[in-house]
This record gives sequence, C-alpha cells and structure tokens, in this order.
Amino acid sequence: MSWTTGLETLDRRWLFLVMGLLVAGPLIFPAGLPLKVSPPVQAFNDAIEALPNGSTVLMSCDYDPSARPEMVPMNRTAFRQLLRKDCKVVVTVLWNAGPGLVEATLNDVAREFPNKRYGVDWVNLGYKAGDDAVMVLMGQGIKNAFPRDYRGNETNTLPLMMGVRDYSSFPLLVNISAGFPGTKEWVQQVNSRFHLPMVAGVTAVSAPEYYPYLQSGQLRGLLGGMAGAAEYEKARGEKGTATKGMDAQSLAHIFVAFCIVLGNIIQRVKKREPA
Amino acid sequence: MSFHVSPDLSVWLGAFLTLCIFSFLYKDNPFYRFAEHLFVGVSAGYYIVLNFWTVIVPNLLEPLSHTFVNTSGPAGLQSLFLPRLGDYRIFLVVPGILGLLLFTRLFGKIGWLSRWALAVIIGVYAGIRTTGAAQADFVAQVQGSLQPLWISGDLGASLNAMVFAVGLITSLLYFFYSREHKGGLAVASKLGIFFLMVSFGAGYGYTVMSRISLLIGRFQFLLEDWLGLR
Amino acid sequence: MKREVPLFITAVIGLFMILSFFVPHEWVSVPADFLQASAVILVGFGYVLGGANALRVNFDAIYKKKSGWPYKIVLVVSLLATVVIGLIEGKGFLNPTMRSKWIYDWVYSPMSSTMFALLAFFIASAAFRAFRIRTVEAGLLAVAALIVMLGRVPLGDLLSDWLFQAKWLPGVPHTLHLSTIQEWIMSVPQNTAKRAILIGAALGVMATGLRVILGIERSYLSGED
Repeated sequence: MSWTTGLETLDRRWLFLVMGLLVAGPLIFPAGLPLKVSPPVQAFNDAIEALPNGSTVLMSCDYDPSARPEMVPMNRTAFRQLLRKDCKVVVTVLWNAGPGLVEATLNDVAREFPNKRYGVDWVNLGYKAGDDAVMVLMGQGIKNAFPRDYRGNETNTLPLMMGVRDYSSFPLLVNISAGFPGTKEWVQQVNSRFHLPMVAGVTAVSAPEYYPYLQSGQLRGLLGGMAGAAEYEKARGEKGTATKGMDAQSLAHIFVAFCIVLGNIIQRVKKREPA
Repeated sequence: MSFHVSPDLSVWLGAFLTLCIFSFLYKDNPFYRFAEHLFVGVSAGYYIVLNFWTVIVPNLLEPLSHTFVNTSGPAGLQSLFLPRLGDYRIFLVVPGILGLLLFTRLFGKIGWLSRWALAVIIGVYAGIRTTGAAQADFVAQVQGSLQPLWISGDLGASLNAMVFAVGLITSLLYFFYSREHKGGLAVASKLGIFFLMVSFGAGYGYTVMSRISLLIGRFQFLLEDWLGLR
Repeated sequence: MKREVPLFITAVIGLFMILSFFVPHEWVSVPADFLQASAVILVGFGYVLGGANALRVNFDAIYKKKSGWPYKIVLVVSLLATVVIGLIEGKGFLNPTMRSKWIYDWVYSPMSSTMFALLAFFIASAAFRAFRIRTVEAGLLAVAALIVMLGRVPLGDLLSDWLFQAKWLPGVPHTLHLSTIQEWIMSVPQNTAKRAILIGAALGVMATGLRVILGIERSYLSGED
C-alpha cells in the first residue's frame, strides 16, 4: 500500500487527536505570540472612547453559552471600557439562553468597580422574546418593552431608567451578537429607522457578512471572533481569555491549512500513479 | 506549572457532561446519547420557564391585572377602553386569547384556530422586515457603493475603489438570470464568480477560526476551571 | 373562512406595519406599537408551545416504545424537572442562589458550549478528506481561505516576516505582512461580493415580504383546509 493510500484511508480519529493536542498544548505551555490591532477593531475602540464621559449607552448582548469563548471576552472588555468612562449602561438580551451568562459576565466586571451600583450605573433589562419586533417596540419606549428587569424589579423604579425614554436617549449602541437576532437586525430595524449609531462584536463565522455595513458607515467598528476580541484586549492594554487562546488558535489554523494542502497533494500524486 | 483539581462538585458535573459530549469523537455511545437527551430536555424546559416569567407575566398578565384594579364605577370601567402608548388596557386580552389559540395546534380538529395567531405574527414580521431590508440592505448599501473612483494623491485608495466597483458590478451581474450569460455578460459574470469565490474562501477561513475558538473555550474550562492548571 | 380570515389579517397588519415606517403620526404609531407588543407576547407563547410539543412527541415515543425510548425518559424527566423548579422559584428564578440558575450554569451551559466545539474536529477532518481543488475557482477559494486563516492569527505574521525578509526574496517590501493582505481581502474583494449578495438578498426579502402580505405566498397556513 503506497503512502498516499495509507494517508487517504487514515482513520479521522487520528486527526481529532492531533487537533486536540495542538489546542491543549499552547494552553498548557503558552508562547505569548505578539498581536496586532486591525483597523475595524481600532475603530470599535475609538467609537466608544469618543463618547462623552457619563453618557448613557445601550448594550445589547445577543449570545448564549454556545458562543461563550468569542462573545464573553468582547462583552467584558466593552463593559469595562464603558464603566471606566463613567458611562451608564442599559443592557438587553435577545437570545433565549443568554440572560444568565450575560448577567454573570456583567457582575464579574462590575465587581472591579466598587463605586458602581446596579440600578444607578448599569441595568440589565434581561431577555425579551420577539427578535426584531422587540427592537422596533423599544423605539417607542424602552420601558414599554421591558416592564421588569432581569432581577424582577419594575424598570420604572430604577434611577437609571428614569432618564431613559427611547433610542434618542442613547448616543451609541454596543451590540455583542452571535447570530440571529443580532447585528443585522439591529442595523435593519434600529440604525436605519431610528439612526442610532452602532458598533458590533460578532462571531467569526458571521463577521465577513458585516464588512459591507462597516464600509457604508452603518457600523462604526467591528470585532470579529476570538481574534477580534484578543486585539480589542490588546488595544485596551488587557490580557484576558481571548489573548490567552490566540497561541492555540495559531497552531490549529496552521494544522487546518496543512490538512488542506496535504489532502490536495495526495490527490495530485494519486492521479499520476499508475492504476 | 501545577494542577489544583477543583473540589467543587458542580465543576465536576460540568466537566463530566463536557467529556460525555466529546466522547462522540471516538464513536456514538450511551454517555453521549444520555447527555444529548438531557441537553434537549433541559433546554426545552428552560425555554418554557424563561418565556413564561420574562414575557407572558410582565408583558401580559401583570399589565392586565393592573388594568382591572380600581375599575369600580363608570369612570373606572371607561378607562379599560382608553389605551395609551405602552399601556393597552383591556386590549391586551386580544394577544392573550390569540396566544392560547396557538395551543390548538396540538389538537388536530381545531388546529386551524392557531392560524389567526400565526397570521398576526407573520403580518408584523413581514411588514417590519420588508422595510428593514429595503432601507438597510438595499438603499444604504447602494448609497455606500457610490464612491469616487479617483482620489487624487492616493493611488492605493483609487485602485481599491476601482476594484470595488468592478467587483460589485460583476458579482451583481452573475446573479442576473433574465438573460443567457453570453458574450460580454458571460465575461462579466465569470469575473463576478472570481470575486464570489474569494468571499467564500474568506468566509471558510473565518468559519474555521470560529469553530476552533469554541474548542479553545472548552479546553480552557477543562484545564483551568476543572484541573486547575496554573 | 379557515384560510381567508388569516390571509386578510396578514394583509392588513403587514401593510399597516409598512405604513408605520413612513408615518410617525400617533394614529399609526400607537396601533403599530400595540401590534409589535402583541407579536412579542405571541412569540413568547410560541416558545411555550414548542416545549409542550416536545413533551407530547416524546411521551408518545415512550408509550409506543420507539427506538431509543429509555433516553426519551431522560429527556422528559429533565424537561419536567426544569419546568417545575422554574415555576416554583418565581420571577427571580435565574438569581444566583436559585436551583434553576444552577441547572443553567452546570448542566445546560457546559453541554451547549461543547456541542458546537465538536465542529472544530470535523472541520479539520473535512479539510483533509473533502477540500479538493479541481478548478480555477476552487483554487481561488482555497488561496483566499489559506491567506485569511493564516493572516488572522499572530503566527501568520511571524511566518510572512520570516518569508519576506529572507535574503533569497529580494525586492519584496518588508512591510508586506500576511495580516495586511488578509485585511485587504476582507475590505475589498470579499466586501464587494458580500455586498452584491446582500443587495440581492434584500430584493428577495422585499419580494417575499410583499408576496406574503398580498396572500400569494401561503405556506405558513399549513394544512389541507
């Protein structure tokens, strides 16, 4: 049996094993490869940095545990940047399985700011079903769509929400989204109808489709996947879970590229072999 | 480097369920099937409870109960039928009844009643998505494409703008099926396919990145939270 | 009547929602807001219906002892337990000390994350076994994929630095990094194609939306009558 046949019939579980080792290895023995901040990520950071200190910002965290490694680092870093600027943050969640994870992420960051109080400096309005209908409903009144917050409080009684009416109360929407409903729907229903400027952090699988929105100015900044989250952490001078994962990401990408090249080399060689 | 295995049983449970799912990589087995069915059951139960407490209660039941408080006397009864923006008083009974009618789908003979509720949902979403797509994905995108092809003093940006214009027009022409792709249209659509293939390749690269990121996240949990690698 | 009434409802509501995009007057905006609020409530009911349907289908499978029925017992028991615990705990059921939150954090969350993490292994396997370059177009796709995959990670820039700064490649600018090429691919050629797809899809959505509103598209009214 030639080497090409041997490789062609290789049990895929060997590939799984190699992939597992290449991902686990750098997590155990990190190399700390240098990161570069790309223009869309810099634009995301700059859009938030340009906000006047103390602004009230809408942050929609539309993800669930299945996208945790990409979304949570973005959410953490963005929320931290907003709190550092003394911004008031109103958070919504449009994914069914998201609210618990989003609340835990926000609480983790809020603990770093002992002077920030829930209900005064930030509010988690929690989940609401309805996808784009909720987005349009919020345009007539945020409190109409969310009569209670995540913790069960009436939103009318929260000090931060006293000054919030509709989208005109916010200078920026920070959207962290893993798919549908998410960035596309916010652009279609809110940015286009209510002209609310927005920046977005999205999963890598959906990032390419948002570049047209970035180029047209509908999005002012874009984070794409764990790499985008890592670059954002670097831009903020932080070293979170996204940065720690980039060594493993590098090796895994090299391996997949190697698989593509090797598979095609085997095909070419087999074509030339006598039957 | 050292390991400090977590003493928390919850973390051990999370790790056990994670490894049950990963066991599918070796082959389908009872541990994987148990975890899969547990996941579906917990998801379905969670969705029911979540939508009951976060949608049905605060957006329907509570406003309706507030509506019926203090309605004694003609002024109070009249107020039931005076809606305002965000406060729809007794009219909330309509979506309440339609929501209950949705459950008739579970009973074959009267299942047609659920179509009324579906019609409301479809009507609302068809309306808002038509205008959303028209404004954000059509008008704004065409507007964003109308850029100058020559920017004096910046050859790189000018070349990019020309490539952008050629790529957009040829990619759009590829999807024009009202005429047979012959002659000039065939050349243009062939060039359009090249741009489309580049975009699909970029999409594949980003998809690989996304899936690997998810795997990295799981390994971080197993190595750091469960085995306490430091 | 069974089809005509729903079609009429869809048409009236759909046209009204389109009108509400253009007319800000309260005679239009208040009823439109009510319709959106109603849609939110109905979608909430829809999710509850979905869970109830899952219960019905699996009860049936257990009763008829269909293939894999013991696992369906796990599904039904976990579904009922989650619902009962959540309903008892009330509107704060996701607060930190609640059992529902514990189920979410240590049962739902790990499995949800791991299900999608499996795909990374299959992507590597598919890249080796199925990714075959047989045409020029497929070659373009592969080259773009390789540049983007390598340019997006730090190791890609180290590789390009090593390659382009080598003495056996004179004349190539040392500022040419894989990440720069990758960024150009994303902002220019990839962007144009995605924009073309977006414009085409928008035309499709508008056409389908109008077809649904005008009653030409009726697939959502499933059933014989």
